[in-house]
Amino acid sequence: MPDKMQFDLVSPERSLVSGLATAVQIPGAEGDLTAMPGHAPLITTLRPGILKVSGDDGPAEFAVTGGFAEINSDATTVLAERAYPRSAENRAAIEEHLEEARKLATEVPDEHRDAHSKLMDDLAKLLDDMV
Amino acid sequence: MPSLKDLKNRISSVKSTRKITKAMQMVAAAKLRRAQEAAEMARPYTEKFNAVLGSLAASVGKTGNAPLLLRGTGSDQTHLLVVMTAERGLCGGFNTSIVRLARLKINELLAQGKTVKILTVGKKGREQLRRDFGQYLVGHVDLSDVKRIGYDNARDIATDVLARFKEGEFDVCTIFFSQFKSVIAQEPTALQVIPAKLEGGEAPSTVYEYEPSEEGILADLLPRGVATQIFAALLENGASEQGARMSAMDNATRNAGEMIDKLTIVYNRSRQAAITKELIEIISGAEAL
Repeated sequence: MPDKMQFDLVSPERSLVSGLATAVQIPGAEGDLTAMPGHAPLITTLRPGILKVSGDDGPAEFAVTGGFAEINSDATTVLAERAYPRSAENRAAIEEHLEEARKLATEVPDEHRDAHSKLMDDLAKLLDDMV
Repeated sequence: MPSLKDLKNRISSVKSTRKITKAMQMVAAAKLRRAQEAAEMARPYTEKFNAVLGSLAASVGKTGNAPLLLRGTGSDQTHLLVVMTAERGLCGGFNTSIVRLARLKINELLAQGKTVKILTVGKKGREQLRRDFGQYLVGHVDLSDVKRIGYDNARDIATDVLARFKEGEFDVCTIFFSQFKSVIAQEPTALQVIPAKLEGGEAPSTVYEYEPSEEGILADLLPRGVATQIFAALLENGASEQGARMSAMDNATRNAGEMIDKLTIVYNRSRQAAITKELIEIISGAEAL
C-alpha cells in the first residue's frame, strides 16, 4: 500500500491544492472523517468546518463552507463551494457568510429550518476556529 | 472638393480615433488573458463536479422519486430563457449573435404555442430583446458594477432561477451564452440546465458509499450544479466578450490606418495641385507682360 495519495482541493474559482498527501481530515456532513491512502470509496457532502491536510509541504489547514468530497483508495478530491486558507485575515469572509445566513434565517421555510440552524451553528463554530 | 484645411482636420480626427481603438484593443487583450485564466482555473471544478453528478444521476435518475431538477416537471409548456450578454458594446457581433440565437429559439417556442419567459443578464441583450419581446421579460441581472466575475454572482443568478422554479414559474430553463473557441471565434450556445441534462451518465466503475444517502447528496448537488453551469457560462462569456472586442478593435485600428493613408494621398495631391495652379498663374502673368 503506498503511503501517499493524490489530493486536490478545488473551489469554483480556482484550485487551491493539488499534490500528494498522507492524510486529509474532512468535515463531512455527518461528522469529521480522515481520508488516508486505501480508504474505501466514499462520496460525502461537507459542512462548514476546517479541513486539515498533511501533505508534502507540511500540514495545511483550510476553512471550507460546504460542497462535497470524493474519496478513492488512491485519490481524494474536495470540491468546496468556498475555501480559504485558515488565517486571521480570512475570518472576515466567514463572518460575512454567517451574517448572510442569519439574515436569511427568517425566510427559511419550516421544513429546512433545522438544516439552516445547523448551518448557522457550523458557521459560528468555524468562525471560532478560524483564529 | 474639400479644402486643404478640411482634409487636415479629417486626418487628425481619424488619427485620434485610431489611438482610441488601439488603446481599447490593448486593454481588451490584457482583460482577455485574465478572463481566460479565470475560465481555465474554474475548469477542474466544473469537470469533476459534472462527472460526480453524472454518475450519481445515472444510478438514481431511473427511479421515480428523483428530484424535480433532474427529471423535470413532466411538462415543457413554460420556458425560461436566461440570455447572457455583455454590459458594454463595441465588441463586434458578440452581443448580436447571442441575441440572434435566443431570438430564433423564442420564435420557435412561440410558434409551438409555448409560454416564454426571459431573464437577461447584461445590459446589451436586454436592450436588443426589449424591442421585440418586451412583454416576456421577467427579470434582469445587472453586472455592470462587477469588475471580476466571481462564483457569488453565478450563485445569485442561480438562486433567483431556482426560486422561480420552486414557485412553478417555468418547466424548462435554457441559458444562452457564447462559448470561447479562440480570439477570433466565439460560438453562441444554448444549454439546458433545468431539467439537468447530464452527459456521460454511465454507472461509476467503483462502487461508492454515500454519506448521507445517494438521494440526499443528489438533492444537495443539483442546485449547486445549476450555479456551477451558470458560473462556467459567465466565464466563457467574459472571455468571448474580450476576444470579440479585441478582434473588432484590431479591425477598426487597421481600417483607420487605411483611411489615414488614403486621406493623406488626397491631401498631398490637392496641395500639389494648388502649388501647380499658383505657378501657372505666375508664369502666364509674366508671359503676358
